Amino acid sequence: MIREDLEQLEARLLKVFSEAKLERTLDHMVMWVEPDRLVETMTRLRDDDALNFKQMMDLTAVHYPKREAPLEIVYQLLSVYRNQRLRVKMAVPDGAMIPTVTGIWSCANWYERETYEMFGVLFKGHPDLRRLLTEYDSEDYPLRKEFPLCGHYDVFYDEKQRRVVRKPVELPRESREPYSRKRA
Amino acid sequence: MVEQQDNNYMINFGPQHPAAHGVLRLMLELDGEVVQRADPHIGFLHRGTEKLLEHKTYLQGLPYFDRMDYMSMMSEEHSWVLAVEKLMGIEAPERAQYIRVIFAELTRLLNHLLFLAAHGLDVGAMTMFIYCFREREEIFDMYEAVSGARMHAAYFRPGGVAKDLPEGVAEKIRNFTEHFPSKIDDYETLLTENRIWKQRLVDIGVVSAEDALDMGFAGPMLRGSGVAWDLRKSEPYDVYDKLDFDIPVGSSGDCYDRYLVRVEEMRQSNRIIRQCLDQMKEGPIKHENFKISTPYRKDMHVSMESLIHHFKLVTEGFEAPVGEVYAASESPKGELGVYLVSDGSNKPYRARVRAAGYNHLQAADQMTRGHMIADVTTIIGSVDIVFGEIDR
Repeated sequence: MIREDLEQLEARLLKVFSEAKLERTLDHMVMWVEPDRLVETMTRLRDDDALNFKQMMDLTAVHYPKREAPLEIVYQLLSVYRNQRLRVKMAVPDGAMIPTVTGIWSCANWYERETYEMFGVLFKGHPDLRRLLTEYDSEDYPLRKEFPLCGHYDVFYDEKQRRVVRKPVELPRESREPYSRKRA
Repeated sequence: MVEQQDNNYMINFGPQHPAAHGVLRLMLELDGEVVQRADPHIGFLHRGTEKLLEHKTYLQGLPYFDRMDYMSMMSEEHSWVLAVEKLMGIEAPERAQYIRVIFAELTRLLNHLLFLAAHGLDVGAMTMFIYCFREREEIFDMYEAVSGARMHAAYFRPGGVAKDLPEGVAEKIRNFTEHFPSKIDDYETLLTENRIWKQRLVDIGVVSAEDALDMGFAGPMLRGSGVAWDLRKSEPYDVYDKLDFDIPVGSSGDCYDRYLVRVEEMRQSNRIIRQCLDQMKEGPIKHENFKISTPYRKDMHVSMESLIHHFKLVTEGFEAPVGEVYAASESPKGELGVYLVSDGSNKPYRARVRAAGYNHLQAADQMTRGHMIADVTTIIGSVDIVFGEIDR
């Protein structure tokens, strides 16, 4: 199996989606979609014989707080039959409801739960949108840029109350970042 | 508590259970002894690695990967260095690539030996545990020889490896590869045709090829279901395209097939290591742009410039160009991907790790449904999960 050129993929994508918004990055092809066309687009990407993206390898988000639509949802697709990868991206405003892709790839279940708990993205139609990795009763969205690296709370075991209690974080000195000339 | 229906009842498996392979909490809904539904609760080992990586330079980020999948340390490092190299547009010199492949394959042996040991123990073959740990110890010695650490090696670097192989290590590895196939034969005599082993594994946790793709499987789990997909062949990185090896594929997608696939992978890894040792030539072991990789120690004692480079690299790190990459390597458990977004500074703007075991554990519900409760440990064992990587 030899990796096809990005040109060929681009041509095939344009054949199926005549108005596709494509962008080439260092390594992959990126296709931008609108939330209302997501499910339809993804289903065609999976089922069209010329594309055949049978696997969704990853789903995550990137937070850009200064943008108008601060969250970028990123899907990494893989076609094992064509040995081809595609990155699908979607820019969404805060608090928007995004259609779920659990009906297309069942592995999206946990990825969407994780993206929800880490970024606060809500997925419409998800069967079970609970927190996955963080504490059961947590209310933070830790991978958003405004969340501090040290977090908001420390947990301790309280001898008197005989239970675990939370206290606000107190640092003896400010946490140090690696030196950088370009400060964001 | 969940409302109980008919005769169904819930049991709580883990998080502290020897067969849970770490800290898995599995809520099992049972009808008699038959599993109706399994709901894995994960996150007990969540350390926020992705957040931490956003606050570290590319070099400082590397040791976090040893602690990701702590059973296949260098394979995880491999994904990170491949991603950073792709982002920086650099390539490691040939000798470094060979060394990385040797250690990635030794790591595969390390991981598959632990799989065999723990899986055997779960199913009732105690001897496997002791046999496999004997061989693992030898590989740990090789880890220690090159990096000074038995497990968390931090040996790979963006653009190469930290140090060249010390004297005698290549011979040691060669000796190991000479006697290791006979050890695999030993394991196989104990297990492959063992009646108890087959009764516990055959036709348990069957996953069809379509389901495996739908559930995002990769690595031995996908190959066990009959899909011939291996990143070492399909997207060759480092020197894998110069090496001759086969990809074992299962036919029925049950636990037994996954066991066979992993055993055959050990034989192939052994073959790869031998080829690497034969083909490897002398040469540099790191990318020799010292603004990206640390200068040689011997130069630092005599050259001011080297000293400055070293100081700059370990304090500030290097700045990556603006852009984003996704690099994946075939880790022993499957595809380990790293998605890096850079804003041009010395730290990644966003670092995402796509863990191999994540999807496999997620599928535990589909795989255990309708099986007896005793088969749950077989299925969890054959999935080969490590929580360091799933919880990140």
